Amino acid sequence: MLSIHNIVAAYGKNVALQNVSAEISGGEFLGLIGPNGSGKTTLLRVVSGVLLPREGHVQLRNTNLRDVERRQLAKIMAFLSQDVTLDFSFTVREVVLMGRSPHLSRIGWETSEDLEIAKWAMALTGVAGLADRIVTELSGGERQKAFIAMCLAQQPELLLLDEPTNHLDIAHQLSALDLIRVLNRQTGMTVVSVFHDLNLAAEYCDRLIMLSAGRVTAVGTPEEILTKDMIHSVYGARVFVRRNPVSDKPHIGVSAGMNGSEIEQDVTMHVARDVRKTGVGKCDEV
Amino acid sequence: MSSKSNWRICGGLLVGLMAACAISVFAGAVWVPAAEMLHSGIIQLRIARILLAIVAGAGLSVSGVVFQALLRNPLAEPYVLGVSSGAGLGAVAAILLRLNALGTWTLPAMAFLGALGTILLVCTLAREVGGGTPVHTLLLSGVMVSAVFGSILMFLVSLSSSENVHDVLWWLLGNLQIFDWGLLRMAAIVVGFGVLTTVVLARDLNLMTLGEEQAAHLGLDAERTKRRFLLLASLMTGAAVAACGLIGFVGLIVPHSVRLTIGPNHRYLVPASALAGATFLVLADSVARTVLAPVEIPIGVVTAFLGGPFFFYLLRRKKHSGWG
Repeated sequence: MLSIHNIVAAYGKNVALQNVSAEISGGEFLGLIGPNGSGKTTLLRVVSGVLLPREGHVQLRNTNLRDVERRQLAKIMAFLSQDVTLDFSFTVREVVLMGRSPHLSRIGWETSEDLEIAKWAMALTGVAGLADRIVTELSGGERQKAFIAMCLAQQPELLLLDEPTNHLDIAHQLSALDLIRVLNRQTGMTVVSVFHDLNLAAEYCDRLIMLSAGRVTAVGTPEEILTKDMIHSVYGARVFVRRNPVSDKPHIGVSAGMNGSEIEQDVTMHVARDVRKTGVGKCDEV
Repeated sequence: MSSKSNWRICGGLLVGLMAACAISVFAGAVWVPAAEMLHSGIIQLRIARILLAIVAGAGLSVSGVVFQALLRNPLAEPYVLGVSSGAGLGAVAAILLRLNALGTWTLPAMAFLGALGTILLVCTLAREVGGGTPVHTLLLSGVMVSAVFGSILMFLVSLSSSENVHDVLWWLLGNLQIFDWGLLRMAAIVVGFGVLTTVVLARDLNLMTLGEEQAAHLGLDAERTKRRFLLLASLMTGAAVAACGLIGFVGLIVPHSVRLTIGPNHRYLVPASALAGATFLVLADSVARTVLAPVEIPIGVVTAFLGGPFFFYLLRRKKHSGWG
């Protein structure tokens, strides 16, 4: 569906992506993972077309993404940010209806069909009962669902998610991701999502792209990517990987002190220096 | 709120505007019976004044709505952002330099250039290295630019000859008294065009409140939309300032009060603010003419007297409760 060719992207002088290439095929659930600052969000923004790459190009089916009109693009793909800031007191229904914008004529009003689609999106995400509530007064989880409904009202073929479950509790995380996966499986909607939580990525994604310092380090199924050694070399964190007993996907576990040896040495050194400097902890003062 | 009741409120505002006009025709330093008014020509003067109040009120209010949506900031307003002072500076420059290249359109053109230049300057000053424009920096830049322009205005006033001083002071105080039919016609055309365009494109403003990037994800060319609306708002502010000087806080009080009643959906907010702003200035002018009769106080005094405390109230409101 989308192919990404040799993308170089930068913010001012800071190069965020260096020569990134990837393929996204229709109907898949693709995860983008990697440490903070590795370029996940930047890649998602390049794919969405709002960030123009310095070099390289993105091919949407047979056209260069650059040549597709913004409104046309919004009919094909929807983007859910980590956290949409909205200070105006729109109702949930009004926000969800904004998702219909690309489908309306330039100055047109929503038709009854648009209202039906908004209703459908709100019902799917479980915010139908909140339709007349003010978005700014909702809890973080409810608000995120309202914005998911807005994206679904766009009826996109490709849904781009930037850490969609960032501020949600575990129940909201699962219900949001389950909904997106059901839509992915049943309607063939392609999903590309940035994940911080590697276990969620392992459970929900068909394929993962692992980024590190603006480059693609690995591409493959969760089983191929999420190994103990890979995570240590990319994130610098020591973890253990087992099989999830229910899904048989890789499951990453940690234990307090697993990364301890180096940290412990560091702390011991600093504490020792402080003690020398201030004299705290001398036995004869106790 | 349902669309039906929102349209009903707009209808109510229209009726209110007509009522305000009726009151204003009869409000004045002296009570004049209707029949005598028709003969003496007082009615023409008063109607012209009312029309000017309508044009300026609608123009400044809709400019306020546009600035607030684009900058996603409750305190954005032509006067607070320094856009009005910029327009005033342009107008005063036109008067003092005796520019006359475009005839009647010279003044408004200079005011418009001043307004547009100022908003670009304020936004540039407030922009951070990363590209964001934080709220407080924007307001501080506006206040700073406003102060600098104010001092330039004072400097120009102090240099100018005594017959010019009167003309110039008129801009600074803001009132509807000295009056020129050509300017009124010009301001009406510009504000009418600006308000209608904003009403037609109101949905774009809704999307812009989500931020430029999210608006782009929803299919809007955000950069072009922003430029188009900054231009429109500067045109309307420039026209209003050219026609009646610096009138503060209208673009702040009116959109907020309307938003509290009908919500932030710009499809209703824009026409309702235009009507409410017109009504507000017509009434404020009636007050300005009658409260200390026979002395007339500048209308800018009335709006600032109401607007200052209102601004403070908005500043003190809890940030997380959202606004409008």
